Amino acid sequence: MARIIRGGEVVEDPWILVEESPPDPVAVPRPAMLPLSAWLSLPPEVRGQGDTAPWLASGEEFEEAVDALLQAPLIALHFPVFRDGRHFSTAFLLRKRYGYRGELRAVGHVIRDQLFYLTRCGFDSVQLREGMDPEAALASLADFSLVYQPAADDRAPLLRRRS
Amino acid sequence: MYRYDEFDRRLVRERVAQFRDQTARYLAGELTDEEFLPLRLQNGLYIQRLAPMLRISVPYGVLSSEKLRKLAHIAREYDKGYVHFTTRQNIQLNWPELEEVPDILAELAEVDMHCIQTSGNCVRNITTDHLAGIAPDEVEDPRPWCELVRQWAALHPEFAFLPRKFKIALTGSPADRAVSLVNDIGLRLVRNEEGELGFAVYVGGGLGRTPMVGSLIRPFLPWPHLLTYLNSILRVYNRYGKRDNKWKARIKILVKAWGPETFAARVEEDFEHFRDGPLTLTEEEVARVRAFFTPPPYEAVDPAAAARELEERALADVAFQRWRRRNVLAHRVPGYAAVTVCLKRPGVPPGDVADWQLEAIADLADRFGFGEVRSTHEQNLLLPDVRQTDLWALWRELDRLGFASPTVGTLADIICCPGGDYCSLANAKSIPVAEAIQRRFEDLDYLYDLGDLRLNISGCMNACGHHHVGNIGILGVDKKGEEFYQVLLGGRADGQASLAAVLGPSFSREEVPEVVEKILEVYLERRFEGESFSDTFARIGIEPFKERVYG
Repeated sequence: MARIIRGGEVVEDPWILVEESPPDPVAVPRPAMLPLSAWLSLPPEVRGQGDTAPWLASGEEFEEAVDALLQAPLIALHFPVFRDGRHFSTAFLLRKRYGYRGELRAVGHVIRDQLFYLTRCGFDSVQLREGMDPEAALASLADFSLVYQPAADDRAPLLRRRS
Repeated sequence: MYRYDEFDRRLVRERVAQFRDQTARYLAGELTDEEFLPLRLQNGLYIQRLAPMLRISVPYGVLSSEKLRKLAHIAREYDKGYVHFTTRQNIQLNWPELEEVPDILAELAEVDMHCIQTSGNCVRNITTDHLAGIAPDEVEDPRPWCELVRQWAALHPEFAFLPRKFKIALTGSPADRAVSLVNDIGLRLVRNEEGELGFAVYVGGGLGRTPMVGSLIRPFLPWPHLLTYLNSILRVYNRYGKRDNKWKARIKILVKAWGPETFAARVEEDFEHFRDGPLTLTEEEVARVRAFFTPPPYEAVDPAAAARELEERALADVAFQRWRRRNVLAHRVPGYAAVTVCLKRPGVPPGDVADWQLEAIADLADRFGFGEVRSTHEQNLLLPDVRQTDLWALWRELDRLGFASPTVGTLADIICCPGGDYCSLANAKSIPVAEAIQRRFEDLDYLYDLGDLRLNISGCMNACGHHHVGNIGILGVDKKGEEFYQVLLGGRADGQASLAAVLGPSFSREEVPEVVEKILEVYLERRFEGESFSDTFARIGIEPFKERVYG
């Protein structure tokens, strides 16, 4: 099982990341995170069981699939390389524009130095890149105790606190 | 002047602690080179040709005497005793040690300074008019709006890993001394027919490899929506800007590819959804920030008496008269003036200031003003609030320090990047070219006859020296390992920003001053009385210049 960061602690997590679209998405071991197109191809009753989830590639258009995405128990956003920041906007939009309430997870090449910004943009779980110690990384969740601007978290921005 | 409160200070301290930890983890091998790169860049740290370079943020160019003294201390203790002022109103240290950078950041934090987002693919330091708040031609003081944008952009969680760097300029005057139209976003304060305040929003300007003038996508954005709209522009860019090719990754390429109308429509679509949301500016918040920029306690002076006194001084001393004509600027308040501290003279790289000079300027800012100093995008400094009756005494002091060269705005007031002497990106040296030109054209009568003339030099196509918007631009190029220089003509950096055109094949470094002289000959021969270089160029075109230089 993967060790991920969720809710301010390191937890064991059963979800399996299926990187390539499988020939038969129904047959993969679950709980499984599938490429968006593979997940959308599942019969609605399978999706309804709650043990499959989509993952989105960076830059993948998702707006047309929003209705289905809102029903997913988990959406994983995949970072091909940590400096590709498109999914910071994907996460913010899923939370603040489309009102997604399930779990939003960052996977792929994610480093601990991004944890604070990731949680601000609406991610609630993070799987760091291989070789990066999640226990030590927890400290980075508290890199800053204040924020200037509003985002997708519930921290009160200084823009509203001072006047 | 904006003053940090406990919140601002805490954030900067936390950022220093974060970077100290990141540096330690990098040195311990826990972060790869690739991973540490954007982290150090977003703290202003480059690895340069000879040593690291640290870029210090000067938000919208406003400094204080206290900050200058701290910078002098840092230059002395951690560097080789001087700093460099850039065309983005920032400061660079050219010789810090990597291991000492967290200590430098901690020293800066003591005077409310930092290096946050001075480099890297994020929203950079916002720039503005160096005459903000004192210019007679201003629609509105841009500084409170700059400060609001600064806070919005600082540690913005969504836009720290953009396709490429992102520069915003904001101006309150139609003369646009911030050159806002060659920024990723240019904001101009305007009033609509009802007299309400808002912004004209331009996107996709920029210099570099593919220079462009920004496109107007919103003629009037009411002020409460400023931050929401900026957020929407950045979001569209973050999602759709090209990431696979560094040279096509700036927002200008996206705006050009889609067309400004389509780009604007995508921004408006996002904006409509978030309009009136939590980024909306309130009267209270704007009033709170504006209160930091209320006028200092100007004294009532008799302008007529001050003018008489100045005239007498000027008649008695032609050197003072020259300086006053070129280096002193009009002020909104009667009896006051703004004074350019000229950082350009042969033998000193444009924009370089020694530690003891920083301290001397700090003393002058306290003695002849309210302790404020501005940095300008033309790489000079400015004392913003000088009593006209103090001009003569101030001139004597500046002259003693070597900062009174009466050549501001002339051919000698060259904008110049650090070039191949320092920068690892440069194709060619730029500082020796500037010096050769300054030495060739030292005759003041000749410089004054030419009038306002902007000559800008960049050591490579990244265009830190703004060569595209110089009346004469010089660009260092590499030809089979040898340094050559391309010459461009007809750019302008005023309210009607336009880009210079390439004159023709490039020249060796030795040839450049001669080429400049020929160009100036054509101008002097062909201009109408009182006609500026830009206007003559617009009228006669590039051909007469080509014929003279290559014929």
